[in-house]
Amino acid sequence: MSNNTTKKFINDHSTEQAKKEAILRKPQVVSQNQSVSVKTKIRVENLNFFYGNVKALNNINLGVAENSVTAIIGPSGCGKSTFIRVLNRMNELVPHTRVEGKVFLDGHNIFDPCCDVVEIRRKVGMVFQKPNPFAKSIYENIAYGLRVNGLKDPNVIEEKVIQSLEKAALLSEVKDRLHDSALRLSGGQQQRLCIARCLAVEPSVILFDEPCASLDPISTAKIEELILDLKKQYTIVIVTHNMQQAARVSDVTGFFLMGELIEFGPTEKIFTAPSDKRTEAYITGRFG
Amino acid sequence: MQRLREKIYRWIFTILAFASLIFLVGIILFLFKESLPLFRYVPVGDFLLGTAWYPTHEEAEFGILPLIVASLWVTLGALVICVPLGVGSALYIHELASARQRAFLKPLIEILASIPSVVYGFFGMVIAAPFLQQLLKLPTGLCAFTASVMLGIMAVPTVTSIAEDALSCVPNSFREASLAVGANRWQTLTQVVLPAAGSGISTAIILGMSRAIGETMTVLMVAGGAAVMPRSFFDPVRPMTSTIAAEMGEAAVGSLHYNALFSIGLILFLITLIFNILAEIISRRFRLKLGLGR
Ligand SMILES: Nc1ncnc2c1ncn2[C@@H]1O[C@H](COP(=O)(O)OP(=O)(O)OP(=O)(O)O)[C@@H](O)[C@H]1O
Ligand SMILES: [Mg+2]
Repeated sequence: MSNNTTKKFINDHSTEQAKKEAILRKPQVVSQNQSVSVKTKIRVENLNFFYGNVKALNNINLGVAENSVTAIIGPSGCGKSTFIRVLNRMNELVPHTRVEGKVFLDGHNIFDPCCDVVEIRRKVGMVFQKPNPFAKSIYENIAYGLRVNGLKDPNVIEEKVIQSLEKAALLSEVKDRLHDSALRLSGGQQQRLCIARCLAVEPSVILFDEPCASLDPISTAKIEELILDLKKQYTIVIVTHNMQQAARVSDVTGFFLMGELIEFGPTEKIFTAPSDKRTEAYITGRFG
Repeated sequence: MQRLREKIYRWIFTILAFASLIFLVGIILFLFKESLPLFRYVPVGDFLLGTAWYPTHEEAEFGILPLIVASLWVTLGALVICVPLGVGSALYIHELASARQRAFLKPLIEILASIPSVVYGFFGMVIAAPFLQQLLKLPTGLCAFTASVMLGIMAVPTVTSIAEDALSCVPNSFREASLAVGANRWQTLTQVVLPAAGSGISTAIILGMSRAIGETMTVLMVAGGAAVMPRSFFDPVRPMTSTIAAEMGEAAVGSLHYNALFSIGLILFLITLIFNILAEIISRRFRLKLGLGR
């Protein structure tokens, strides 16, 4: 397990510079066998983010391997949401914000002026902290994403809607009322619907922002199961306040504190032998 | 001492709060009292559906259908103008404009609301009507069309500000959810935001209508004033409001004509009341739908 996860964490050091930085920051990882090449899906370089004059992210550097689950943990207000909302450029909808640095998705900087933001969001799906289905029917909630992506054939759409509901483990509960309002579903069902909506458009990365925050243990277990399953096809970044959850689902964990990435490495290592005192303090529940 | 003071304040505010209710009830009672005597001589059916309005003839006739139709006619025309303009500006200001454009546009539209209606009327009479007359070779530029244009422009601020409220009630999470599945701004706007704000926007439209139908001075000045059934938008018409305003001065107090004018007022009041109740029902349902309670 440990070996496997570290392999995934190895980055394809595209530049000599990046390599040096990586060595400086996380020697424990780079010292691993580099011959196994795992594709880096997302690479974040010197990322800063500002709300007005307030710096919410300070010089973040990390890489996310393809088909891995990366957990982001840290106390409330440390910038977890800000971080993942940068990855699909959702945060630029907030007025008076500014971003510095680079985020490479499949090798292309998403802040490049010639980059199409709609295209990025299509590739990088997101499930929000609070379930946010549209005020439409269950069916339409999913079909909408397919239609805006250019799908027209109603048969194909129907097929994909059913498939996504199935994948999100919701189909059995809603198959008799696909045309009821999505707002009448329970919170956990709504969240799974949002996951289905996200899966339907077939992104390659899925960002989860505390997807289980408003869910009961049973729904939570279902979603965790789902995430482990999704890992086969998608690259996943998940923000969570739940240490057990991070330990259960992720390969790699990043610990944020006051806008900084304090520690980033294999989940097992972070939870058993963190190299930073602050990480240890947070994980053992001594603050946060 | 302190307690007494608090009690007094309480009373003062209670009285103030109920004052408008008292006025409302007073006005309604007065409307009924002054209009009901008419129906001792003129059957309600003849009044509402009669097409001849000759209140001062020897054989006086009190059919207000042409007046009702005229009111609805110009209101309909006004809608055609104020709905696209009002809803469009609300969408632009709320969803598309940059902060700077918004800071500039919002006050501008509010200024539109602060122009006195007599100024609109004057403008319509002196500029819009002659222009239209020449352009379309009409016998007169003072007609339903001109009135509709002026009323439409006047109702824009009402529609815009209420439609904007409706848009700001649409949670941001809807927009984010839509953009997150790869929808562009336009798709998000037309397929998620607008439907979610839909009934709020209908409320805006209904209130814009009641604003237009109740407007008096402008229509009195530009609608032409002929109390006959209009056959086209370019016929001069005489809406209910301008009939009351124009004739109240010459109707002898207590005469049938006087009562008839009050009855028109009553009908007008009922129509706007219905509009407002509709708007209220729709907007309540809208809030429920978005889970906003209230
Ligand atoms: N829209 C905003 N405008 C201004 N400041 C913001 C905004 N959103 C977040 N912040 C600030 O940025 C910092 C990071 O917030 P963020 O939402 O990323 O925290 P978080 O780690 O997700 O917290 P939580 O666990 O409570 O969700 C906080 O100090 C917060 O006050
Ligand atoms: Mg958060």
